[in-house]
Amino acid sequence: MGKILLEMKNITKTFPGVKALDDVNFKVEEGEIHALVGENGAGKSTLMNVLSGIYPFGTYDGEIIYEGETCRFQTIRDSESKGIVIIHQELALVPQMSIGENMFLGNERGNKNAINWNETYGEADKYLRMVGLSESSRVLIKDIGTGKQQLVEIAKALAKNAKLLILDEPTSSLNETDSKALLDLMLEFKKQGMTMIIITHKLNEVVYVADKITVVRDGSTVETMNCHEMEIDEDRIIKGMVGREITDRFPKRENVNIGSINMEVRDWTVHHPIYTERKVVDNVNFNVRRGEVVGIYGLMGAGRTELAMSIFGKSYGSSIMGILYVGGKQVNLKNPREAIDAKIAYVTEDRKGNGLVLSNPIRVNTSLANMDGVSNKGIIDADKEYQIAVEYKDKLHTKTPTVEQNVGNLSGGNQQKVLLAKWMFTDPDILILDEPTRGIDVGAKYEIYCIINDLVKAGKSVVMISSELPEVIGMSDRIYIMNEGKFVGEMNAAEATQENIMACILQSTSTGGDE
Amino acid sequence: MNLKAADFFKKYTMVFALIAVVIFFQIKTGGNILNPQNINNLISQNAYVFVLAAGMLLCILTGGNIDLACGSVVCFVGGIGAVMMDKNINVWVAVAVMLIGGILVGVWQGFWIAYIKVPPFIATLAGMYAFRGLSNVVMQGFAVGIRNTTFLNVFGGGADCYIPDMMGGDGINMTCLVAGIVCAVIYVVVLFKNRISAMTKGYKVGPVYVDIAKAVVISAVVIWIFYMLAQYKGIPTSLIWIAVVLLAYAYITGNTTMGRYLYAVGGNEKATRLSGIDPRKVYFFAYINMGLMSGLAGILTVARAQGAQPTFGQGYEMDAIAACFIGGASAYGGEGNVFGIVIGALLMGVINQGMSIMGVEANYQKVVKGIVVLVAIIFDVMSNKKKK
Repeated sequence: MGKILLEMKNITKTFPGVKALDDVNFKVEEGEIHALVGENGAGKSTLMNVLSGIYPFGTYDGEIIYEGETCRFQTIRDSESKGIVIIHQELALVPQMSIGENMFLGNERGNKNAINWNETYGEADKYLRMVGLSESSRVLIKDIGTGKQQLVEIAKALAKNAKLLILDEPTSSLNETDSKALLDLMLEFKKQGMTMIIITHKLNEVVYVADKITVVRDGSTVETMNCHEMEIDEDRIIKGMVGREITDRFPKRENVNIGSINMEVRDWTVHHPIYTERKVVDNVNFNVRRGEVVGIYGLMGAGRTELAMSIFGKSYGSSIMGILYVGGKQVNLKNPREAIDAKIAYVTEDRKGNGLVLSNPIRVNTSLANMDGVSNKGIIDADKEYQIAVEYKDKLHTKTPTVEQNVGNLSGGNQQKVLLAKWMFTDPDILILDEPTRGIDVGAKYEIYCIINDLVKAGKSVVMISSELPEVIGMSDRIYIMNEGKFVGEMNAAEATQENIMACILQSTSTGGDE
Repeated sequence: MNLKAADFFKKYTMVFALIAVVIFFQIKTGGNILNPQNINNLISQNAYVFVLAAGMLLCILTGGNIDLACGSVVCFVGGIGAVMMDKNINVWVAVAVMLIGGILVGVWQGFWIAYIKVPPFIATLAGMYAFRGLSNVVMQGFAVGIRNTTFLNVFGGGADCYIPDMMGGDGINMTCLVAGIVCAVIYVVVLFKNRISAMTKGYKVGPVYVDIAKAVVISAVVIWIFYMLAQYKGIPTSLIWIAVVLLAYAYITGNTTMGRYLYAVGGNEKATRLSGIDPRKVYFFAYINMGLMSGLAGILTVARAQGAQPTFGQGYEMDAIAACFIGGASAYGGEGNVFGIVIGALLMGVINQGMSIMGVEANYQKVVKGIVVLVAIIFDVMSNKKKK
């Protein structure tokens, strides 16, 4: 047993009307990776914000003891000077600046009047090597991928002489290869004596890296599990998070009734909107039947979102080629409006960026894609709009006091439900759901799955794009596998396993992407 | 209850600010600011602000976009009309040309902004120079007088720009007073009709005392304003135009799908596009509207001055923008409403007038105006910060 590096004692933090943290106790030993898990809104991030001084001393009750002394952090700088560095979920990098400039932003090398560029880039390169990046630190952030940007964030933390590194959802925007690399890097740092706290929703990652797991539920720490003393699996963690056992993470569909082909895509090729020679989607063929859930599995960057958006009224890409059949008829959808009229709905993976108007209430977001349904000759029927919003709120169990609540104030799971409501209200026959459960907690995921089941039961077709293998296997009737812009395999859910799907991808990559 | 009171205060901050400013000047000017003539002037002098701010609001809603050209367009359109009437062309033809001229300017600017993606700041900056120049060309650098009495009477210029008194009150304009009472009654009826219809449909409604208080306060204010106007010369015709524009825009922003799209585009353009709405059409609509309002403001301006001059309309765009921002429109788009711009325009108007009555030097008046705009925005930013 190492010595205790950090102890947070009886932390209580209240916001007007809400007790976000209630008498939390949390201990971290030196040299361990400690995972903090819990549903959305359980208080994980609040706890870390208290620790890093974002909520200054005095705005919370309780005590923080770090390296044996009581700390009273007023700002992030105070905690960073002690070696506590937090890497937030949203990357805090300036795209137009180089890696080196970003790394020392606010902490520039050189003297007061001039930046020493040689020192900046020299040191930056040194830290980049430590995280296994071979890029030059003079490369601009916007020219490297998200995976590498995440590593730059870590290198930036190292440059601050971090002793305790806090990673908030570090892999939420990474594909599986990059995630694995990141987790291995964490294990490497552990060997060198670094202490880390990781917040994540991905339980397989927790099992992979953590020495200890602390579960936060409703603002209190429920339990701390030591992975070296007991056998920990994902179900055990979920039980702690939700306070009960979820016997089945994917609800069963009964009386599956799969009908005729509802949408078919033939020889679909899409080029990049700017680099127009590059094929983002390459000669893809697929179909979806009535009452069927078709999963499209692929790593991030495989071209799944691009495929979906190009089908949805050419909202992505250039020189799109291919034939699209909807309900047996060939159609040419030139914009999202025509796609909606053809009864296609695209539920985006990026609900904040592409999906919802966060500054508007639930009511307004629900009707946005189908204003004709709540208006007459351009005049909105306010009553009808309100009733419809309430109807969908009740149907999807959206947790909110009223539909006049701004969507920005809802949790991720509830935002996702509003987004689904918006598209269900357009009365689509074909729903393309792009990462429908990204960043939402276990309970809300289950509810979303139930909604999907209800949709196909009503004879609609669902195309579910996902990068979570268990979800694809658990929810789909049929699975397509996509890699590097191409479809590299198709299998029925019955025959699909994590192993043969991954094998499909690996094979296609090594043979240059042929089917 | 405490929380609710704070919310209430926050929602109507600018109303309280307006009341505070009025009280301040009431004391400082020995009650002059609220005398009938000054209230009348407050309305007719600021007619252009209300009209331009209504157009500007739509642009700002789409994402904090502004129109710098509208002051020049006011002058350009006004100049065209004045010259036409000077040449004895029919007054209604002139009016039509002025309004259509405004719309065409809107089409011109809106096209570049919406379809070619020229940043609105640049596109309208170009317009600001170009239309100022064209105004000079149209008027050949000279002032042009307007003597057409129909035009002046309808659009609020000259001595008879008031709604004639048809009831013949004794020292007091009865038509005006009756109109005020009618407005107040209509307001109260609509308010309670909505409440009853909401209740019969089983919606949650606020406590009844809130609505009663609202009805009492608003009707009292409306009747009082008309009572004051009645003691002077009655209803200024410009008030009719202001009312028409404001009601129309309140309806557009609150009850139509196009209004909804303006907010949606300002709130999240990408999400709006993927919802099957073409944001380009929304921008185009906003700037065409701005053009139309510039045309109307041009008409009101030359009517009031009984003529056009090449320097007219300078700084009007800034007054309109300031009214919107003081009235709570977000500089990032997606937030703001017509009620807000009315308060914003009134606040600016009262400060202008109060300082003039007090005899504050014009240069210092500008300093004060600048500070007021800044304080309003700071307040907005701070209260939004607290929300998070």
